[in-house]
Amino acid sequence: MLPEVISPAPIVKIKSLTVAYRYGNAWLDAVRDVSLQIEPGQTYGLVGESGSGKTTLAMAMMRYLGENGKVREGQVEFDGRNLLSLSQNEMRQIWGASMSLVPQNPLSSLNPTIRIGEQLAEILRHHQGLHRAQAQARSLELLQSVRLPDPQRVAESYPHQISGGMQQRVLIAMALSTSPRLLVLDEPTTSLDVTTQASILDLFRDLIKSHQAAVLYVTHNLGVVAQICDRVAVLYAGELVEDAPLADLFSRPLHPYTLGLLTSVPRVGLNKNQAQLQSIPGQIPALGMRPAGCVFEPRCKFAIEICRSRPPLFTPTTQHHVRCYRWEEIDRGELSSKVDLKEEFLIQRPTITLDIKEQIPTASTIEKPSRETGRGETPTLSINHLTIHYDVRRSLAEFITRQPVAKVKAVEDVNLTIQGGKTVGLVGESGSGKTSLARAVVGLTERTGGDIGLLGLALPSKLSKRNKDTLRHLQMVFQNPEEALNPYLTVGASLRRPLIVLLGYSPSKADAEAKKLLAAVRLPIDYVERMPWQLSGGEKQRVAIARAFASHPDLLIADEPVSSLDVSVQASILNLLNQLQAEYGSALLFISHDLAVVSYLSDEIAVIYLGHLMEVARADDLFEPPYHPYTEALLSAIPLVQPEAMHTIIRLEGDVPSPMEVPTGCPFHTRCPCCLGDICVQQTPPWRIDERTGKKSFCHIPLDELSQLQKRILPAIE
Amino acid sequence: MRGEGERVPNLDAISPSQPLLKRGMRLQTMLRGLYSRTASAIGTTIFLMFLLIAVFGPVIAPYRSTQLIAKDARQPPSSAHWFGTDNLGRDIFSRVVLGTRDILGLAGLGTILAVISGISFRLITGYRGGWFDELWMRFFDSLLAMPALLLSLLLLGTLGPSRNSVLLVILIVYTPIVARVVRSVVLAIKSRGFVEAAHLRGESQVYILFREILPSVLPALAVEAALRFSYAIFLVASLGFLGVGVQPPSPDWGLMVKEARDYVRQVPWALYFPAGAIALVVIGVNLMADGIKRVWQNVT
Repeated sequence: MLPEVISPAPIVKIKSLTVAYRYGNAWLDAVRDVSLQIEPGQTYGLVGESGSGKTTLAMAMMRYLGENGKVREGQVEFDGRNLLSLSQNEMRQIWGASMSLVPQNPLSSLNPTIRIGEQLAEILRHHQGLHRAQAQARSLELLQSVRLPDPQRVAESYPHQISGGMQQRVLIAMALSTSPRLLVLDEPTTSLDVTTQASILDLFRDLIKSHQAAVLYVTHNLGVVAQICDRVAVLYAGELVEDAPLADLFSRPLHPYTLGLLTSVPRVGLNKNQAQLQSIPGQIPALGMRPAGCVFEPRCKFAIEICRSRPPLFTPTTQHHVRCYRWEEIDRGELSSKVDLKEEFLIQRPTITLDIKEQIPTASTIEKPSRETGRGETPTLSINHLTIHYDVRRSLAEFITRQPVAKVKAVEDVNLTIQGGKTVGLVGESGSGKTSLARAVVGLTERTGGDIGLLGLALPSKLSKRNKDTLRHLQMVFQNPEEALNPYLTVGASLRRPLIVLLGYSPSKADAEAKKLLAAVRLPIDYVERMPWQLSGGEKQRVAIARAFASHPDLLIADEPVSSLDVSVQASILNLLNQLQAEYGSALLFISHDLAVVSYLSDEIAVIYLGHLMEVARADDLFEPPYHPYTEALLSAIPLVQPEAMHTIIRLEGDVPSPMEVPTGCPFHTRCPCCLGDICVQQTPPWRIDERTGKKSFCHIPLDELSQLQKRILPAIE
Repeated sequence: MRGEGERVPNLDAISPSQPLLKRGMRLQTMLRGLYSRTASAIGTTIFLMFLLIAVFGPVIAPYRSTQLIAKDARQPPSSAHWFGTDNLGRDIFSRVVLGTRDILGLAGLGTILAVISGISFRLITGYRGGWFDELWMRFFDSLLAMPALLLSLLLLGTLGPSRNSVLLVILIVYTPIVARVVRSVVLAIKSRGFVEAAHLRGESQVYILFREILPSVLPALAVEAALRFSYAIFLVASLGFLGVGVQPPSPDWGLMVKEARDYVRQVPWALYFPAGAIALVVIGVNLMADGIKRVWQNVT
C-alpha cells in the first residue's frame, strides 16, 4: 500500500451510481448510490453474495446493461470520458479494445463452431488491424502467455475439446489481447475446481502486474479476494457498505456485514468441536423490498434505533469507507462480533419440545447398536471394495461394428466405514466419483461390485430390493435446494409423507410431527401451509433436511448440501446439520468439494480422486504432515483469507484425466509432483498406515519419507 | 465473445422471493395474465365468444340447421339473414352458429382424449425407460413421420366416415405428439431431488408418477393441449371439406365450405362465412395458446 503518494489518474471513476431494472411497470434499484474509482495497476475486489448487485455494478461500469436495465443516476467516467454520453458506435470501439471482460462460464462465452486460434485472431484483426498471418502468430504468443501447455494444439481445437480451466485461460488471453485499460473479471474461477482455480489465480496475479490495467474482480469468495486484490469493496443489497485496502478490510473490518462474512466462512482446519460457526440470520431482501434505512439493519445484530435511517459513508481513515453508524464502537471492540449462541438458540427455538425417544417406533427389526459406539462394534456403514462403472451408450454404428462398450469408472475399490453417530467427510473435485458413491449407498445408482453394509446387514444394490426398514434408516439431503421440494406440494405435505410411509403414522399424528420437525430445523410452524416458491433457498434446504431426519435415520447422506447457498446462509445450515445430528444420533456421510466445510463438520475425512480414495484420516490429522501428495496439493490450493500464512505452494500440472481412461498404477501419477517413475505408473499403490494417528494413505512413498519432505501447509487455528 | 445471456440479469438471483415469481397458478391468475397482452386478450376473447356460441347455439340460431326457406334461397346477407342463405335456402348464420358446437366439441373431445392417452403412455413408458420406452418411441416416431392429414385419410379410409371415426383419428394422430412433450418433461423432472427423495422412502411407482411428477408436467401440457386443440379444429374442418369427415346434412364448417365451393360465383357468402369462422377460431385459439405459454414462462 502506497500511503499518500500522488496517485495516478484513475482509469474508471464511478460517482453515486444508481442502476435499476424494469420489473413489470416499475423500475427497481439493483445498485444504489455507489462511488468508487480504480487506478492503473490496481486490482479492485467487488465482494457480495448473490443479489448484492455486484454483477450489475460491473456491467454498468462497462455500460453493458441489458434492455431492462438502466443507469438512473450518477456518472461513469472511463479514461476521462463520460461513458454514459457515448453513442453505441463509440462504445463498440471501446468494448473489447480498451475494456475487456472475463466471464464466469467460459464455455458459453466461446463460439462452439470456431477454432480457438481463429476466435483469438479475429479480435486481433478487428481491433489491431493485424494481417491474417500476423494475427495467427500473435494469438499463439498470447496462448503461450497464459501458460497453456501446447498452444499450437489448443489453437487448432474447438472449445469443447479443451477443459474448463483451459477455456478460462483462453478467455483471459482474449481479454488481454488488446491490452485493455480496464479488465473486468466476473467470478472467473467460480465454476472451476480448487486446484485449477489456484493456478488460474497465480496466472492472474502475474499478468495483472505486468499489464498496468485497472482490474475489477467480482466474486463472492473472500479467500480469492485476499489472494489477488489490492482494495476491496463490499456490496450488500446494492449498496456499498465498506470499501478499504485489502489488509485493512481483513485486519480491521468495520461493518457488521463484513464481520459476519469473515466469521461465517469456516477456516480450513476448524472443527465443530472447537467453535460454532457465526451465521447471519435472515436473507438478502428482495429487489424493491429493501429497507429505507441501513440496508443491513433487518439482519444486523448491532442494529439500534438510528439504523432505521440511511447512514452516510463514514471515512475512518482516508482510504477506508464504511456505511455504518456504529463503526467506532465496532472499531474499539465494544460490540462483540460473537453472538451469544444460547441466546440465538432461545430466540429461534420454538416452544415445542422434542421428545425424540417417544417418536422412535418400536417395530424396528434392525438391532440398534448403542449410540456410543467404540471401535470394534458394528459400524453404521461399511463399504467394502465398492466399484461403480457406467456403460457409455454406443451409437448404432458402434453397436453394429461391435465396438466394446466404453466404461466410465466412477468409483474403484473403495473401502470406508462410518461408526454410529460419527461424521465422515468425503472430499473431491468434480468428476471424482463422490456423488456416485453416495448414490450407490442410498441405492439410487446400482453398484458394479463390492458390498455395502448398514448396521452389519448387507444392503442390496437395487433400491427396490430394500425393505421399508432399511429405507427408513438411510436418508439423503440433495445438493440443489431448488429441486429438493415438490413445487406443487405444501411444506407440510412434503414432511408428512415420509412419516406416513416409513413410520406408519396416522395423518393427524404426522401433521403434529411435521410441525415438530419444522421447529427442529428452526423454521416457524406456520410454514406447513407454505408452498416451496414462498421459501428462500436456505429455508428450502432446511425443509429438505427436516424431511431427511423425519424417519430418524441411522445414516444421513448429504451431497453438497450447502454448495449452492450463499456463505451467510451456509453457516447456519452447517450448524443446523451439526445440531440435528447430535440430537438424533445419526451418522453422517458429508460430501463436498470444499475442504473447509468438510473439515468443519467431519470426525474423519476421506479424500477421493478419480474414483479412488487417496487418504483417510481423522479430521485434525488430515491437516498435519505427512500428507498424501494429492491432499497436499488440495490444501495448498485453498485460497486463504490470510495469504501470507501459506507455507508451501504446490500447483498441479494439467487436468484431471477422464474417468473413462483412468491412469494405470496410481491414478494420480500423471499430475503428482512426487511421482517416483515406473513404480507409480505400473503398480497399484499400497495402503500405508500411520500407526500413531491411524492415517491411511494410498501411496508408494512411505509415510515417514513423506513427513521428511513436507511441512505443515496451513497456519494453525488459534 | 459476449453472449446475450450475460447481459440479462438473473432476476431469480436478484430477488429470491420476489412475490411476482409465484409458481402456483389459478384460472383467475391465468386469465389476468392472458388479458395483460393485446394479442392473447384478443385470442381469448374470440375463443370465449365461440365457446358461448357453442353452448347457447340453439337459443341464438333463428332457424334450424336444415330448415329450407325456398323463397329466400341464395339471398345475400341482410337484416333477415345476417350471413345470407345458401344454394338450398338454408340460413347460413344459423348453420355457422349451430356448427360451432359440433366442431369445438369434436376437436375438444378429441384433444382431451389424445392428451389423456398421451400422458398415460408417456408417464408409463418414459418412466419405465429402457427398451420398452425405446420401442414405443420408435413406433410413435414412425406415426409422426406421416403428415397428419395423410394419416387421417388413411385411417378414415379403413374406418369409414363418421363422427366417431373423426374422434378416433384425432386421438391417434395427436397421441404421439402429446406423448413426446410429456416424455421430455418427465425426463427432466425424474432426476430432481424431490422425486429421488420419494424413491428413497419407497413410494410406489404410481404414487411417484401421479403425485410427484404429473403436477410438474401439467403446465407444459396445458400449452400443448391448447395448441393441439387449434390444430384439431383445423383437422376436423379439413376432413369435412374433403368429404371424409362429418357427413351431410350436419352443419359442419368444412362441409359447408365444400358445398359452397360449387356455387362460389353465385353465392360467395356461403363460402366466406364458414371459412371465416374456421380461420377466426383457429387464430383465436392459437393466440390464446401462445398467451398461456408466455404467462407460464413469466411465472416459472
